[in-house]
Amino acid sequence: MTATPPTGTKNMTMVAAINDALDIALAADDTVHIFGEDVGVMGGVFRATDGLQAKHGEGRVFDTPLAEAAIVGMGIGMGLAGLKPVAEIQFAGFLYPALDQILSHLGRYRHRTRSRYHLPMVIRAPYGGGVHTPEQHADSPEAILAHTPGVKVVIPSTPADAKGLLLSAINDPDPVFFFEAIKLYRSVKEDVPTGDYRVPIGKARLVTHGDDVTVICYGGMVEVAQKAAAAAQAAGIGVEVIDLRTLVPMDTDTIISSVARTGRAVIVTEAPRTAGFHSEIAAVIAEEAIEHLRAPIVRVTGFDAPYPPFTAVEDVYRPNPLRVAKAIRQVMDY
Amino acid sequence: MVQCLAPDGSVVREDLLPDPETRLELYRQMRRARHFDERGWVLYRQGRLGVFPPFGGMEASQVGTAAALTKNDWLFPTYRDTGAALTLGLPIARTLAYWRTSPHGWHMPADLKVLPFYIPIATQYPQAVGAALAERRQGTRNVAMAFIGDGGSSEGDFHEALNFAGALNAPCVFILQNNGWAISVPTRAQTRATDLSRRADGYGIPGVRVDGNDALATYHVTREAVDRARNGGGPTLIETVTYRVKPHTVADDPSRYRSEADTAGWDAKDPVTRLRTHLLTAGLLTEDSEAALLAEIAAEFEAALAEADSYPEPTPAEILDHVFAEPTPQLKKQRAEILAEHAAPNQKEQA
Ligand SMILES: Cc1ncc(C[n+]2csc(CCOP(=O)(O)OP(=O)(O)O)c2C)c(N)n1
Repeated sequence: MTATPPTGTKNMTMVAAINDALDIALAADDTVHIFGEDVGVMGGVFRATDGLQAKHGEGRVFDTPLAEAAIVGMGIGMGLAGLKPVAEIQFAGFLYPALDQILSHLGRYRHRTRSRYHLPMVIRAPYGGGVHTPEQHADSPEAILAHTPGVKVVIPSTPADAKGLLLSAINDPDPVFFFEAIKLYRSVKEDVPTGDYRVPIGKARLVTHGDDVTVICYGGMVEVAQKAAAAAQAAGIGVEVIDLRTLVPMDTDTIISSVARTGRAVIVTEAPRTAGFHSEIAAVIAEEAIEHLRAPIVRVTGFDAPYPPFTAVEDVYRPNPLRVAKAIRQVMDY
Repeated sequence: MVQCLAPDGSVVREDLLPDPETRLELYRQMRRARHFDERGWVLYRQGRLGVFPPFGGMEASQVGTAAALTKNDWLFPTYRDTGAALTLGLPIARTLAYWRTSPHGWHMPADLKVLPFYIPIATQYPQAVGAALAERRQGTRNVAMAFIGDGGSSEGDFHEALNFAGALNAPCVFILQNNGWAISVPTRAQTRATDLSRRADGYGIPGVRVDGNDALATYHVTREAVDRARNGGGPTLIETVTYRVKPHTVADDPSRYRSEADTAGWDAKDPVTRLRTHLLTAGLLTEDSEAALLAEIAAEFEAALAEADSYPEPTPAEILDHVFAEPTPQLKKQRAEILAEHAAPNQKEQA
């Protein structure tokens, strides 16, 4: 893909940055195809694909029938045959009908054809809570995908990262799940490099620097952790916040070198507690940095119940800065 | 396409008309459903109801079909099928609670076999087959009815369910409400098929296409399908041809994907007006008896609203309820965490 390199910046929301990345990818490479439910005429329920069909044509950006398994399965076939499919699953909670295609095929094709075939497919899916959606619209199923060999999992937390990581994902030779925190779509704006801006997959981002505690998080939890870190910082505790950006492959080096220095780790996700990706992070720290730990690792997560659509108490489920701050105090006071 | 009443309310199939009492009952249920839909919009704007998917204009499709069931039968409704659920007897207060995002909307009455509105699309179709089969295995004559949209009929689960139901002769009635749209996608972009009832052919089961804005017709064909299922004749697919006059949800802006011309004409096919005209002409309804009916419906709704208002808000730890019969040690620990965190609300300020 040869697109114009960055020439400046533009202030954008995350959803605008995603739209910009898709626009650039479509313009640069005519094998890129965008499809899914309501992505064409309507421009997506969150407007991430707004205007792209009008600009690039119905052949390149199109609405599919309502069937997630077929969306992914068709994308696999397109990828086998030389296109770059960029599919949208309307909400990550509606990914489940497609799990057979994902678990049985998407992640295995390269392996089971000894790299004769590979799948340069991107699957975008809005995920997570904090905006009072109906049942099943707020799920965080990233651990299911991270547990599937052969697929990469990317979750940006800023507009610039969303753009840079999405362009990297589209240009990656392997399948990439790209989860977009619904809560962040329009709540943050920042200067985003124009043109073909890339952020490498597999490299974590240092959000704040600190020497006492390492807080590891991603996606919608980064701003929550940042708020907690700011409060702790004001109380004299040095908090290092690491935004993982990519779960698969995970930037283990950044985590380990930080924890080796701080000796304390707090991991924040909004997924259910049991068997979440946070558990993987904790295991890696335990394996590779246990001798540096000055306190047990603490996970701040959702709970082992379906995400509640009950507006009155939804916020109980999703970690807030208070819960993260408490975890920081807990590892400090140990 | 089966039709009893023309859009102007005149009778086109005298032989299919249900008895007068049933016709009046269908009208009453359609009015109840419409009242819910109309009051729902107002309550939403007042902030007293959450985002919900309206169904105004689809009352005949939902009421005429659900009215063919008895309380021993199963109902698997989608988020759009408030009208069907109310018809079978789901209390208005519970329905309001559901769309208020209250757990009280998930407590289903013990004398009904109706499931909470399904949000994921098509997943309930195979489940209806299972419920139907279970009834038969247990020697009852009860049936299961499941709803789906034209969009939902593209999902694999829909096709697997139809095939299973046929192969296993499950007493199941599948209602496919073709309301023209799946959010922004018109039926013609959803599928090349133009008669969705013919999907039944592929599975060897009867398929019926009915005017979905004609409550007498939807009732007639559904009664036939329900009777067949009860008598061991197996499943039926019924396509109700109707229209989603309203937006996808109260928060949706349909002007992004359809023009007014697309919708024009459907008001003239309004299912409530159609049956009303017929009943007035047939002398089964008068202006006076209708006024009394509407007053009764409005009063019933307001009483239900008051009941819904009286339901307490969930408490924080309630989000962990009903995950398992016996909470796991992990859930017990997590409950303690929530109780500890929410015991002292003032802590919030310190964060
Ligand atoms: C499995 C799944 N995929 C996507 C969605 C998101 N979604 C909600 S409603 C809808 C359109 C449904 O159209 P249709 O089946 O025709 O029913 P209607 O809304 O018209 O009643 C979509 C795509 C969902 N709820 N479930």
